[in-house]
Amino acid sequence: MTPMALITQLLQIVSALAAAPLFIGWVNQCRAWLGNRSAPSVWLPYRSLRKLFHKEAVIAEGASPLFRVTPYVVFGAMTLAAAIIPSMGTRLPLTLAADAIALVGLLATARVFQSLAAIDIGTAFGTLGARREMMVGFLAEPALLMVIFVASLISATTALPAIAESLATRSFGLYPSLAFTAVAFTMVLLAENARIPIDNPATHLELTMIHEAQLLEYSARHLALMEWAAALKLFNYACIGFALFVPWGVSTRAGGPAALFASIPLLALKLMVAGAALAVIETVSAKLRVFRAPEFLGFAFVFAVLGLLVHLLLGA
Amino acid sequence: MAGVPIDLQLLNLCAALLLLLSFAMLAQRRIVNLVNLLALQGALLLCATLLLAWRTGQAHLYVSALLTLALKVLFLPWLLHRLIRRLQVYWDSEPLLNIPVTMLAGLAVVVFAFGLAQPISALGSTATRNSIGIALAVVLLSFITMITRRKAMSQVVGFLSMENGLFFGAMSATYGMPMVVEFGVALDVLVAVLVLGVFFFQIREQFDSLDLQHLEKLREEAAAAGGGGNTSGGDN
Repeated sequence: MTPMALITQLLQIVSALAAAPLFIGWVNQCRAWLGNRSAPSVWLPYRSLRKLFHKEAVIAEGASPLFRVTPYVVFGAMTLAAAIIPSMGTRLPLTLAADAIALVGLLATARVFQSLAAIDIGTAFGTLGARREMMVGFLAEPALLMVIFVASLISATTALPAIAESLATRSFGLYPSLAFTAVAFTMVLLAENARIPIDNPATHLELTMIHEAQLLEYSARHLALMEWAAALKLFNYACIGFALFVPWGVSTRAGGPAALFASIPLLALKLMVAGAALAVIETVSAKLRVFRAPEFLGFAFVFAVLGLLVHLLLGA
Repeated sequence: MAGVPIDLQLLNLCAALLLLLSFAMLAQRRIVNLVNLLALQGALLLCATLLLAWRTGQAHLYVSALLTLALKVLFLPWLLHRLIRRLQVYWDSEPLLNIPVTMLAGLAVVVFAFGLAQPISALGSTATRNSIGIALAVVLLSFITMITRRKAMSQVVGFLSMENGLFFGAMSATYGMPMVVEFGVALDVLVAVLVLGVFFFQIREQFDSLDLQHLEKLREEAAAAGGGGNTSGGDN
């Protein structure tokens, strides 16, 4: 392990942890602007995290140890995911441990723990949210895997840094297959991060919520970790999207420290654009009924498989 | 992908988008949107024909592009929109299968079509021979569109999109059909849509509905069940 790789790795983890709440704040601000409301500060997520960390934690009666452990597991899984997604550099020592398919498994682990913890308390809303989450998850996961397979086929590897590097360094061409999978990936991102067509992140109306319903029983530092993990998840998904579809600007194996530092403002720019785009999508679309979610994710799957088939047939 | 000329890349993009549009048609519930998608499919076909004509320098492809523009992009969608307005049918009823299942069936059909076209493509000598599979898939997907719809209007749109698929297939396999055949097919399609337009009015007059299920019943059965065909369908 060279010092350069270590620096890249550390920089990436620290910046993901630090920037994830900011990204959520930026998306919320864009949403408020588009909705013609006065926007909250972009720093609001940090303040609410600080507030939550200073409160006294209350745990429901009859909660099993699983309930206490879950916030740490979920947060840890998201941090590890942030470590193996090449958002700034492709020289990441930790990625030897996990390729793109293991990454999907890591995200699934977090989901399983979160759902189990929601069921653990035994309240009606927690169970309801957990069931819906699992429904969305089992439909979104195959679509996400298909998206990753297309990129893997094009670059002949399943390691995310290698995919990003090979896509970033090849000459520019029109890839209909990547265009299709980009659409599929956007749909998966919306569904997995509880964004609008599937779930409304701002809602506290119990009957329609999915993600929020699972966090109802958490308080103080546990809630803070869960919310931070949710922010990290969105950040991670955005970075997976960048690695697969707009990998330009990532510092590659050949690049020195200058390339690594040049990739920081580029990542910030990509995140700003992606956050604004996310806010636009959320503003122009209406929330679907829960029973239409399978159709939405079915489309995502079809898009991804079409991308795969088109790549196999046309080689493009 | 590097090294492939840009016009061929664009042709591949057109082919991929044609396939995508077929899926969009499969998923579409509103007839008005279905007709718009058909017009869009025609426009894509026009782009593909022009690109191919420019690439191969075959003059007759320009003529067939002109034919596509006049007939498939402008006239037929206009005619269908007019029919929709006159008949007041804006919605298709729920398709026979639910949409996700139809889409999955569509995926299976695409895999089948690609497999079927593989040996044909291997024998072909045109630059666009890889697209034959896509053309075949478009034809089969249009079949599914026709099979899963009840209303006469959507079935006609499915029929026209099937013709688009055949046209694209001929283009990718042999750079287009002979001019005489092309004119003949164009005339056939035109006459078919005109005749079917008349049929729509007749069907509706008879059954008060464009639902083709009514055509499957025998006269006596319909009379016994609903007291005459005229009262058996309330929706249009």
